[in-house]
Amino acid sequence: MIEKLFSITVLLGIISSGIRLATPYLFASIGEAFSQRSGVLNLGVEGQMILGAFAAFYVVMKTDSLLLGVLAAMGVGALMGLAMGFVSVTLQAKQGISGIGFYLFGLGMSNLLFQTLVGTVETVNGFSNVPIPLLNRIPVIGDLFFNQNILVYLAFLLVPIASFVLNKTTLGLKIRAVGENPEAADSLGVSVAKIRYFTTIFGGAMSGLSGASLSIALLNVFQLGMTAGQGFIAVALVYFGAWRPWGVLIGAMLFSLINGLQLWIQVLGVDIPSEFAVMMPYILTILVLTISRTKHTTPSALTKVFEREG
Amino acid sequence: MKSTLDRPNQTCLKSVKMQGITKRFPGVLANDNVDFDVEACEVHALLGENGAGKSTLMKILYGLYHQDKGNIFINDELVKINSPTDAIKHGIGMIHQHFMLVPTLTVAENVALGLPSTYGPLTDLKRVSARIIKLADTYGLKINPEAYIWQLSVGQQQRVEIIKALYRGADLLILDEPTAVLTPQEVDELFGIMRQMVSDGYALIFISHKLNEVIDISHRVTVLRNGVKIGTRPTSEVDKSDLAKWMVGHSIDFITTTEKITKGEARLQLDHINCESDRGAKGLADVCFDVRSGEILGLAGVSGNGQRDLAEVIAGLRKPESGRIYLEGEDVTGCNAHELTMKMMSYIPEERMRDGMIKDFTVSENMILREHDQPKFSKSGFLRLRAIENHTKELIDQYQIKTPSQKTHVKSLSGGNIQKLVLARELSRKPRIIVAAQPTRGLDIGAAEYVREQLILQRNEGTAVLLISEDLDEIFALSDRIAVIYEGRIMDILSRDEATKEKVGLLMAGVFPGAD
Repeated sequence: MIEKLFSITVLLGIISSGIRLATPYLFASIGEAFSQRSGVLNLGVEGQMILGAFAAFYVVMKTDSLLLGVLAAMGVGALMGLAMGFVSVTLQAKQGISGIGFYLFGLGMSNLLFQTLVGTVETVNGFSNVPIPLLNRIPVIGDLFFNQNILVYLAFLLVPIASFVLNKTTLGLKIRAVGENPEAADSLGVSVAKIRYFTTIFGGAMSGLSGASLSIALLNVFQLGMTAGQGFIAVALVYFGAWRPWGVLIGAMLFSLINGLQLWIQVLGVDIPSEFAVMMPYILTILVLTISRTKHTTPSALTKVFEREG
Repeated sequence: MKSTLDRPNQTCLKSVKMQGITKRFPGVLANDNVDFDVEACEVHALLGENGAGKSTLMKILYGLYHQDKGNIFINDELVKINSPTDAIKHGIGMIHQHFMLVPTLTVAENVALGLPSTYGPLTDLKRVSARIIKLADTYGLKINPEAYIWQLSVGQQQRVEIIKALYRGADLLILDEPTAVLTPQEVDELFGIMRQMVSDGYALIFISHKLNEVIDISHRVTVLRNGVKIGTRPTSEVDKSDLAKWMVGHSIDFITTTEKITKGEARLQLDHINCESDRGAKGLADVCFDVRSGEILGLAGVSGNGQRDLAEVIAGLRKPESGRIYLEGEDVTGCNAHELTMKMMSYIPEERMRDGMIKDFTVSENMILREHDQPKFSKSGFLRLRAIENHTKELIDQYQIKTPSQKTHVKSLSGGNIQKLVLARELSRKPRIIVAAQPTRGLDIGAAEYVREQLILQRNEGTAVLLISEDLDEIFALSDRIAVIYEGRIMDILSRDEATKEKVGLLMAGVFPGAD
């Protein structure tokens, strides 16, 4: 049975689903990386994702416009990010606890809205694959990498863009400074609050988009609790990737490949109980967090409230 | 040549006047109707004890605090400074006591932070680097713009701070206790830079509580005490004892160890101690020394050269990787803090609020922290409240601790009284060995002298005292022998007679005197 897993077709299948499954992780983790680099730990990613997923699904169901769906998801996520910013920056609440609050809010709210507005399982016409001319003709990998839906391309494109913004722009410099030593940034006239609002709102929008990538691109349905902890794994991936977009990419690929493997194990009926297979990514999360040495790269001001005395 | 490239449309700052500045914090009047002024081409020293209101006044000038009352004039024009951005626009720069640098960024990134870039949203670090080198050359500030801040020594970090201010076109630099973290040689270099800046037309405000330095570098001096301005004088017209008197309100005898005591047996011995520091860096390397009965061994060194690791290793709070520690001949390596307490070692930690006290506990609870499980304070697991109360009352009297009551929470006491409380707890048990880490840091002159006096008393009674201090004057005033630590190594141990500030200063910088 096991040997079935190692045929070329299956391996390619695993990689192909790995790439698609990495999409939600990438959006959410990169948004979260920005937020954490500026010093705000947003544990509400999961809540932003699921509410984003619902918003996208509902808008597409009603209007049939994928663009509007994406915008709705990002808008809802951004609003929740704004609320997170308000609670953690302006009201200076403990970030861990308020993040959990936003998670529960998103989960409950999406359930409520789904049951009152939709009620039954419905599917929508989500993003279809867009082959990139010429590149998709490359033997074997062409179909893997260049015949995906637009959100997949966008997620992978986000990695170099995010890395560039963090490392090569004045905005990125401010974000890094605010997350390491907000007093220093403040003394040079950089508004710590503005930067942190920006990153939490951006992070929220990315989480919303991540949710949309599930409900209108990957699965094309909305189910209660469909994010299934992916938002929390996205937070863990930020640690795994040492707060760097490229590191996050490696982590996201690793997890989604495991996820792909897990799916194929179930599809092929390999005699590993499917529950164990489903557990694999989560166990990997815990393992990775315990072994990765993050002490040196953690933004020094992460979770710390900034307040100018006097 | 002064560079005003950055603000071409702006006139140079010629004078700053602060008039009638009043600033109130909850429960404290930090500045009470204070006048202060500084002009181009001068160093104006602002002198006062901790808590006298020097930093508050300067943070108002730099826009970090807002005054409740009073006005600020630049070139005789009324200005509003609401934020550091405003201050920078007016040509005011500040070198903070705790450097405002981001350790994980490079020098150039730290300088560029918050400034508009010539490439719009993209950083222009190459250009910034080139300008840093140009500025640095003017003042002989050797610095590599591509280096990360965490790689730099404290002295170099200070230069980055100065460059940061100059880069922003500051005409007035506020230097908040800039010498506190420097070796004597680095202080000389800094003063050289300051003199050159003054002759180039800069205005400098030098905040300090070190009288010698104020007399050495400043043209005028203003003294603050308890938030009130005592006076402003040309420095040439005052001497050290005048200034001390203004600062404290009464005259001060500077104590020193004079009485010769015959030294006894070695009570604390360190034998080839190696240990790791936080973050896995090398903490201590092959440290060997002993402290004898009836002596104060002073450990001098620039902040962050392993002093903290050393104190923690001796106090049983950090495990050495190799080497042995002996208390009165007995091997105590690996003993924990409680076991060492029982062997009559006392420890005055550097961070009193973090390691020395529980700030939400009362005075009496803190007083018995170390020995609360001893029969004198507890019986079958119950605290003997009456005994504790009496013990605390006695010590409050004996050590002149100013507290409303013994039930007062420690967090509401002043720094000096908290340190007296630590002293009372640690010294009243008649220890055989005392490890005192930065025991006078942050205290005003009066409280500091009291602490020093107590340490000398202990020494005279035959206790072995290890005094770890970054204040060279204190080391020289108290020590019988002086050890110098640099990057976790003991560079040398000198007797009081052969030690000079020059020698010790070079050792503190990692240089053996006479060696090239």
